[in-house]
Amino acid sequence: MKTPARLDIDAILDDRGTRIIVCCGAGGVGKTTTAAALGLRAAERGRCVVVLTVDPARRLAQSMGLTELDNTPRLVSSPEGEGRLYAMMLDMKRTFDEIIEAHADPERARQILSNPFYQSLSSSFSGTQEYMAMEKLGQLRRSDEWDLIIVDTPPSRSALDFLDAPERLGRFLDGRFIKLLTAPAKAGGRSAFRLLNAGFGLMAGAMTKLLGAQVIKDLQTFVSALDAVFGGFRQRAEMTYKLLQAPGTAFLVVAAPERDAMREASYFVERLAEERMPLAGLVVNRVHVSPAPGLSAARSAAAAEDLESRGEHELTAAVLRLHAGRMQLAARESREQEHFISAHPTVPVVQVRAMSEDVHDLTGLRQIGNLLATA
Amino acid sequence: MVDSPDTDWTDVRLHVVTGKGGTGKTTVAAALALALASGGRKVLLVEVEGRQGIAQIFDLPPLPYEERRIAVAPSGGDVYALAIDPEDAMLEYMEMFYGMRRAGRALTKMGIVDFATTVAPGFRDVLVTGKTTEAVRRRSRNGRRVYDAVVLDAPPTGRITRFLNVTQEVAGLARVGPIKNHSELVSGVVKSPETAVHFVTLLEEMPVQETLDGIAELRSAGLPAGGIFLNMVRQSLLPEAALDMAVKGRFDSEELARGLEAAGVADGSQAPALAKALAEEVVEHAHRTELERAERESLAGAGLRRYELPLLADGVDLAGLYELAESMRTQGAA
Repeated sequence: MKTPARLDIDAILDDRGTRIIVCCGAGGVGKTTTAAALGLRAAERGRCVVVLTVDPARRLAQSMGLTELDNTPRLVSSPEGEGRLYAMMLDMKRTFDEIIEAHADPERARQILSNPFYQSLSSSFSGTQEYMAMEKLGQLRRSDEWDLIIVDTPPSRSALDFLDAPERLGRFLDGRFIKLLTAPAKAGGRSAFRLLNAGFGLMAGAMTKLLGAQVIKDLQTFVSALDAVFGGFRQRAEMTYKLLQAPGTAFLVVAAPERDAMREASYFVERLAEERMPLAGLVVNRVHVSPAPGLSAARSAAAAEDLESRGEHELTAAVLRLHAGRMQLAARESREQEHFISAHPTVPVVQVRAMSEDVHDLTGLRQIGNLLATA
Repeated sequence: MVDSPDTDWTDVRLHVVTGKGGTGKTTVAAALALALASGGRKVLLVEVEGRQGIAQIFDLPPLPYEERRIAVAPSGGDVYALAIDPEDAMLEYMEMFYGMRRAGRALTKMGIVDFATTVAPGFRDVLVTGKTTEAVRRRSRNGRRVYDAVVLDAPPTGRITRFLNVTQEVAGLARVGPIKNHSELVSGVVKSPETAVHFVTLLEEMPVQETLDGIAELRSAGLPAGGIFLNMVRQSLLPEAALDMAVKGRFDSEELARGLEAAGVADGSQAPALAKALAEEVVEHAHRTELERAERESLAGAGLRRYELPLLADGVDLAGLYELAESMRTQGAA
């Protein structure tokens, strides 16, 4: 196996040109912890950092000495040195409401905010969270209050949705279907389907049958109200998208040495390249290493068997079995990583060894940061 | 159809399997389907997130929107699989209830699917759960249920209550009309004693916390919590006493060094260093075991049945699935 280049975390954190770090990857691989550990390390190296998380894990808030995270950046006390660390958790409904309030006159804003479709859209998990995470990232960046923003992406089904979300929402609101729904409303609003051709008439019939007339009416009101504020919406999404492509952004793909997570990581790396998003490298969390790598799994297991058959040194035999299991696991983990490395030989990689305990405080986060930078 | 064996979930026909990402939800769902099917029963395994996880786990080409047999269970019995695509589910629904296939296609072309997934995921969920509960209720001409059980590889813990609580989710959107009626039909099945929502977790702090939160949320929505599957459990190879010493930092590495020498893996000069290194592994293992014990205790507080599934040394393959299924059967989960 070719050894990949080592991902130099400190070089990224120390480069004042790095303004945004996006941690992405499959669910359950430790993205949020990685983001927080990077934030702390960057702050302790003198940067003014905000960590934006979408993970509602209270434990993470507590590990930063905050009782709870909310939609406003909170100062995390006592990082060492002169940098500062802030943390916040995305409240997607609140973020969405704020956009509406900023872009619509009060009457129209009220109409939108009370519409059942808006309430579903703004509090659902599918697409909106990704979209709002990007919106919030754009807001933080434009405020220019922090010189580094670290964001972890939502645990999407495909882990890629956040790249697609702005476009999907845009496509939806620009779609033919929506145009047809809004057209009559603009023409006077007497009948939802008055101006439509026969093909659409058929569809409208189906829609009414399927959803009921009330739904169509609510949807129509919602779409025409939203349509008025949407120009601004789309522009913002495009700005954020461009921001992600800019040289000041670094994408870190986070994985664990397991098949699904590594496969997802591969997919992600390819997708980022397609979108011309600047990939910094791969972080492999929770890698198992042994302090006695010289004693192989096979030899360890054979020795254990030997002791067991002689009925001697029972404890040593058990320890040798434990070690054999550990070495086997390490071998399997390195096989899972090899696929990725041979497919993407130029992507820098850093491995973070598995810790026996979860992170509970800044010391724990600091330790993860050390492992990331010096593993 | 054969008589239901005496298990913890004899009366359950819809097994919903959820879990935090990375806990092995799909693996557990697949193994549960195999376990439920064994002894000549017929089980449908359903996936809803478009990930083709079932195909990957059974080493098959991507599954279409069609129920097909994918595996034979131990001592006879069939596992069928279905990957539900919301778009196809909608077309089918429109055809079945209204004979409107053509209109359905028009809807698809007009971006209705974008509509459903973007603006109102509740609609998407009701289509998916609707198809699943239809399979649960389906009867053959002789009046018997077509499937003895249906196993749903459901969305993750953080989303499960919203996903299943369809009536609630579409209530604000469709106060009357067919969607509303449909959602009530679905809800009737999901909230009945025929359904159990099982949680998959690892013995780690975060997944355990998420499981407990998920159970509380599920219960407050009046949905039926099933069992907890503790996945990837490592057997402790060391005796209690040794673990205890290790946690207290008093593990005897000198005795270990003598053992290593006796086993011939190190000579007298190397043995102490090797023993020290291995003792580090022991201490780590002991800490982990202690944490796992604490996590087990918190899970016990949820008052649900718990099943422990072993960590498969060679990763999850087909043989591993059968091993997990067997373990579920021995523990009475199926």
